[in-house]
Amino acid sequence: MLRQMEGSQAVAETVACCRPEVIGAYPISPQTHIVETLSALTKSGRLAPCEFVNVESEFAAMSVAIGASAAGARTYTATASQGLLYMVEALYNASGLGLPIVMTVANRAIGAPINIWNDHSDAMSQRDSGWIQLYAETNQEAADLHIQAFKIAEEVSLPVMVCMDGFILTHAYERVDLPSQEQVDAFLPPYVPRQMLDPAEPVSIGAMVGPEAFTEVRYLAHARQMQALKLIPQVAADFKRAFRRESGGLIRPYRTEDAETIIVALGSVLGTIKDVIDEQRESGVKIGVLGITSFRPFPLDAMRQALGHARRVVVLEKALAVGIGGIVSANVRMALSGIHLDGHTVVAGLGGRPITKASLHRLFADAIAGRVGPLTFLDLNRELIERELRRAAQTRRSGPSAENMLRDLALGEVR
Amino acid sequence: MTVPAQQIKFYQTGSFAVGNRLLDLEDRSVQADTDRANALTSGHRACQGCGEALGARYALDAAMRATQGQMVAVNATGCLEVFSTPYPQTSWQIPWIHSLFGNAPAVATGVAAALKAKGRTDVRVIGQGGDGGTVDIGFACLSGMFERNDDVLFICYDNEAYMNTGVQRSGATPPAARTMTTQAVGPEPGNAFGQGKNVPLIALAHEIPYVATATVAELHDLEYKVRRAMEFRGARYIHVMVPCPLGWGSAACDTIRVARLAKESGLFPVFEAEDGEVTGVVKIRRQVPVEEYLRLQGRYAHLFGDPPRTDVIARIQAMADRNIRRFGLVE
Repeated sequence: MLRQMEGSQAVAETVACCRPEVIGAYPISPQTHIVETLSALTKSGRLAPCEFVNVESEFAAMSVAIGASAAGARTYTATASQGLLYMVEALYNASGLGLPIVMTVANRAIGAPINIWNDHSDAMSQRDSGWIQLYAETNQEAADLHIQAFKIAEEVSLPVMVCMDGFILTHAYERVDLPSQEQVDAFLPPYVPRQMLDPAEPVSIGAMVGPEAFTEVRYLAHARQMQALKLIPQVAADFKRAFRRESGGLIRPYRTEDAETIIVALGSVLGTIKDVIDEQRESGVKIGVLGITSFRPFPLDAMRQALGHARRVVVLEKALAVGIGGIVSANVRMALSGIHLDGHTVVAGLGGRPITKASLHRLFADAIAGRVGPLTFLDLNRELIERELRRAAQTRRSGPSAENMLRDLALGEVR
Repeated sequence: MTVPAQQIKFYQTGSFAVGNRLLDLEDRSVQADTDRANALTSGHRACQGCGEALGARYALDAAMRATQGQMVAVNATGCLEVFSTPYPQTSWQIPWIHSLFGNAPAVATGVAAALKAKGRTDVRVIGQGGDGGTVDIGFACLSGMFERNDDVLFICYDNEAYMNTGVQRSGATPPAARTMTTQAVGPEPGNAFGQGKNVPLIALAHEIPYVATATVAELHDLEYKVRRAMEFRGARYIHVMVPCPLGWGSAACDTIRVARLAKESGLFPVFEAEDGEVTGVVKIRRQVPVEEYLRLQGRYAHLFGDPPRTDVIARIQAMADRNIRRFGLVE
């Protein structure tokens, strides 16, 4: 059913159609509207039988999810930013135990300095946690990915994060085609666990494993993700047949076939990039964009096929690996190993800084003209940084940098 | 006041262990029943004289009987987890999961929520851990589980320090006790006075349906409390004193005796409470000075040097006396 609605509500309504049995909830912006909506749906009885647990922390949210999933329930939670980091120990545990929990991550920056706005630092920090990570481009895709996520998770016994840009998607109202309960029921069968806490067949789960088998257990987690690499496109194809629209899959190329320059990105910024590419194509520039939907497992072969013919690849990422630069780019370079082309990492949109069409036009033109280095920060305010560096050089007790720079901006010392 | 756990009391001389064989069959302990569940069965790797292994076995077998075997256990990281499951060996004959050190109460909540959603409320959930996993790192999850009144019985096996990592101080380590992070050196050796927390009383303050303390020295009382706990729905808490020969520097054969002296000296009050109100205490049968309890343990050896620290012993005695007044432990 077509509806004009908030992204968070679209996700919540779709999760509700997936018939979750246990939902753990802890508030953190910009994820809160999702669990608020699910709370109402549970309390009204529409989701019955479903238990909604208001926990005391994100660590508890993931721990409740672990217990519920191990007891055989379809389990869901949502978080963002500091919340994701607060549950890290439990994240690794959930994937290590092979529990098919589905979680929305409303992507948001990580402090300090505290910042509630969107970037991908949170989910990217958990790229090696053993969770499958799917990134949504639109609210429609965010909603759809949850249906696919439960199917993928339960098939390969791994937890799945559905990553959607905080505020940009979670709080945006746009048209969403909400699936019906019948459609979802036909697509997503009830959860049949591989392992379960059951008095009729007592098992021990979470035992100590020593060097004799630890590598093999870890390898199996990797093998399951490799299995997911095949499964994710299949599920997307099945989804397309059932729901008559494209959502999910591994990667999404746009005008890349003959492109000399290919931009690589994830999430909602792909929309802006596509607009810029359309405009540049009109003036004859051979440019395209490759969207990554599945960051874990990382589709090395598909990326290599989609990018191998290009002259240059610009990876635009909303995260920063401090001390080296790009996170996504490092993965992309792995996909392109042995292929000679110009590679650029562009860090953009940190802490919610808008990524504008004007900036992207400039960036792409500069990249094509060879004026972009291996690592670039989009729209960096150099004057602000120089001023703080000078201050730190002049005074030993120069004070907290973030606050100094904000003061410079507030006083109009720097624009 | 509720009916006491046990009407008839028989005591062995020496250990003061409660006799069992003189009772009618139905009054005997679960442990004396050849059909007991053996939830934690033999062959595990606990140290000789381990109080925690005894406590877990007693408590879970009693819970298995109370639930007719319909039970799931969630375990925090710690000695109990490590010594019971060096896979492929496991001592658990019940559905059992270990997740992390600090999240056992929350995992138990999740299991209970799943069982409720699936209409299997006949299956009961027990969370368990040592004092580290309960009073320190798992405390937020424990308090959350209490506050929501989730249908979980959480059992803390308290040996008063982090034993699994080699005897370091926890929030349950008593004053003056020597651990590897409160060493017996300097002018005030051992753990500081005026620190630590009393989780049974904190549980009481949550006004959950049932809170009890017990020791491994009184099997009938411990089994009764587990059985009683299983008569309630909602959050329940049992705090079991379990001596650790390794960490306490006591003889393996003295585990029961040390636990009994903790209670008989007044240092460990044994009580039960419903909905935030104390409903029963187990009286001290033969009061002993704390010195009798302390002397058996190497962790207090620095109190009995030359000259002995009578001032410190007096402060510990004052703690016992306060418990005796506060809980009315002496008739």
